Amino acid sequence: MVTRLSALVLALSLLAGGLEARAAEEKTERFITVASTTSTENSGLFDHLLPLFTTASGIAVRVVAVGTGQAIALARNGDADLLFVHHKPSEEAFVADGFGVERFDVMYNDFVLVGPSGDPAGAGGLAEAPAALARIAAAEALFASRGDDSGTHKTELGLWRAAGVDAAAASGTWYRETGSGMGATLNAASAMDAYALTDRATWLKFANKGDLEVLVEGDRRLFNQYGIILVSAAKHPHVKSADGEAFIEWLISPAGQAAIAAYRIEGAPAFFANARMAGG
Amino acid sequence: MIEFGQAFAAAFHLIASLDAGLVEIVALSLRISLSAVALAALVGLPLGAAVALYRFPGRLAVAALLNAFMGLPPVVVGLIVYLLLSRSGPLGVLGLLFTPGAMIVAQWLLVTPIVAALALQTVADLHTEYDEQLRSLGATPGRALWTLLWDGRLSLVTAVLAGFGRASAEVGAVMIVGGNINHVTRVMTTAIALETSKGDLALALGLGLILICLALAINFTAMAVRDLARVRHA
Amino acid sequence: MPDSILPLSLESVTYEARGQRLIDRLSLVFGAGPRSVVLGPNGAGKSLLLRLCHGLLRPTSGRVAWACPGAGAARHQAMAFQRPVLLRRSALANVAYPLALRGVARRRRKELALAALERAGLAELAQRPARVLSGGEQQRLALARAWVQAPQVLFLDEPTANLDPGATRRIEALIDGFHQNGTKIVMTTHDLGQARRLADEVLFLHRGRLVEHAAAGTFFDRPQSREAAAFLNGDLLW
Repeated sequence: MVTRLSALVLALSLLAGGLEARAAEEKTERFITVASTTSTENSGLFDHLLPLFTTASGIAVRVVAVGTGQAIALARNGDADLLFVHHKPSEEAFVADGFGVERFDVMYNDFVLVGPSGDPAGAGGLAEAPAALARIAAAEALFASRGDDSGTHKTELGLWRAAGVDAAAASGTWYRETGSGMGATLNAASAMDAYALTDRATWLKFANKGDLEVLVEGDRRLFNQYGIILVSAAKHPHVKSADGEAFIEWLISPAGQAAIAAYRIEGAPAFFANARMAGG
Repeated sequence: MIEFGQAFAAAFHLIASLDAGLVEIVALSLRISLSAVALAALVGLPLGAAVALYRFPGRLAVAALLNAFMGLPPVVVGLIVYLLLSRSGPLGVLGLLFTPGAMIVAQWLLVTPIVAALALQTVADLHTEYDEQLRSLGATPGRALWTLLWDGRLSLVTAVLAGFGRASAEVGAVMIVGGNINHVTRVMTTAIALETSKGDLALALGLGLILICLALAINFTAMAVRDLARVRHA
Repeated sequence: MPDSILPLSLESVTYEARGQRLIDRLSLVFGAGPRSVVLGPNGAGKSLLLRLCHGLLRPTSGRVAWACPGAGAARHQAMAFQRPVLLRRSALANVAYPLALRGVARRRRKELALAALERAGLAELAQRPARVLSGGEQQRLALARAWVQAPQVLFLDEPTANLDPGATRRIEALIDGFHQNGTKIVMTTHDLGQARRLADEVLFLHRGRLVEHAAAGTFFDRPQSREAAAFLNGDLLW
């Protein structure tokens, strides 16, 4: 009887504790929710950047890092206050459809083509990325694609088109679609000794490179622009517009841009800040 | 094979230094899973017992459903809960998405069928043994329900432990409805997924070892309590 | 003082299960007073008869009628089974359980339960888990539990079938205690010696039928039916 009571008490206090803690954190913390991508998260930029903003503004930033497609879906549903991804056509469509207020450039980095150091397809060192991909297709060398409708994936598909290769037709043979984030795809590439397209920041931070190394870089087509958009309160009245705007303003301000530029991985800058302040 | 050695080293270092990040993640994991299991027991134990004891139309279908739902895929449950709690969904006004509350809800959905189905089995077996005597003593079906639940408490501890195992091990549901937000909704399993995606396999495995040890510790404690009780009561 | 639920009358009671007629048009009356023992070979329906009387089973046809109408009669009956059914709790808690069902306050429950345990010679075992007790102790515990229910009728289904003579003697003494206190005893047994010791009247069943119903002395010395005579003689009946 005593044990029965104490078990009940334990259960109830756990419940109470859980609810209480949740209530406490909800009440005291002022925060905004940003839907962003796994590649930005994996680069470590947020761990460096966001505390600076919170110190300056008192607003905490909660990042939900998923694939670009999922991030856009979250923002459309109003489950985030801001959208911070890296695929300009999708972002502009988001604003055009009325879900976003306005799109701002924030920073860019570049994609690189990585592959096994032995380079069986002879793709390394080429100045043009599509040409490198054409060689991979011709050699039917293993290529690991994200296959998840992300910014990286869409850029990759654009490069295959430019190379005149229908990679999708080869899906399951030398062209392997992992349907996963950048990290998981790189893990797969590392394990299979396959080629892959990745953003530089994720690559620099990636800890399981195996035999892979950077083979192609510098092509203008590999340019990777990041943009931020405030979700429209017209569509989703609950959005924290004022605090969201404060974040955007800070990001594109000299302070925010300097913070982005200061973020380095192994001594090299991971991102290049390129916001344009409103009005010039 | 290098990874295993590094994993043990990583795990040991995290524990020995009482790494603040680790403590935070472990505390949140326990809070969420234990809350979900406590709530699941609150609902699942009487539910399973009631289905075992009361005759009603569709009873067999309910029992079959409970058994089937023991195997609900966590990622599917996560997706369903997301759609319910999304701002564009029916329960969006609650603002639960991307909070520990949503994670507790999702895990509660996963664990309740396990507890209920196992309670059903236990109580049904006890019913066979006790039914005539309890009716002779004057127990109503409602009263018998609680008597049998208490009498079957040793087996029910196993059921609750099974539920806890499910909750603490899953990643699909809490990833979607929690968002793996740093310092807010990052738990052991989502942290492991994150470190894996960063390619830091040694750290991921180290965290995994810690998670396994935690689960083992909780299980051993509960089983010791249960075995002590069993010796007493046969 | 509650009204008496006796006499109990069975009117042409039949019980069928799985296509077999196990109790066949049985009519009888149990009156207050004499200790009634139900005898018969295995499969005669003795246990079924008790369960039908106690309300654990419903007759397929016919009526089981207590003097007190409606569901009120159930509260004044108790039953002990061949294998005592005890909960996974202490001996004291088991005895207190029927009182808890009746809404008796905690302290009073404990008093009454302890008194019943004393009567049964189990007071030192009060805090022991009921299930670790010996067979004889468990059956005495079951009777202590029946005692606190203050039943007007006590049904016992082969209560000492699994017990040694020493334990059997103690059980029979407890049964006698109920009898002295005014409780009607209705018991089955396959032990003829026990039947001779305890019975005031005997009901002899064979193949679900009541073949003979007589005072104990009459039954044992001058059985009227062929089957009863054969049974007392030790012959196998079929």
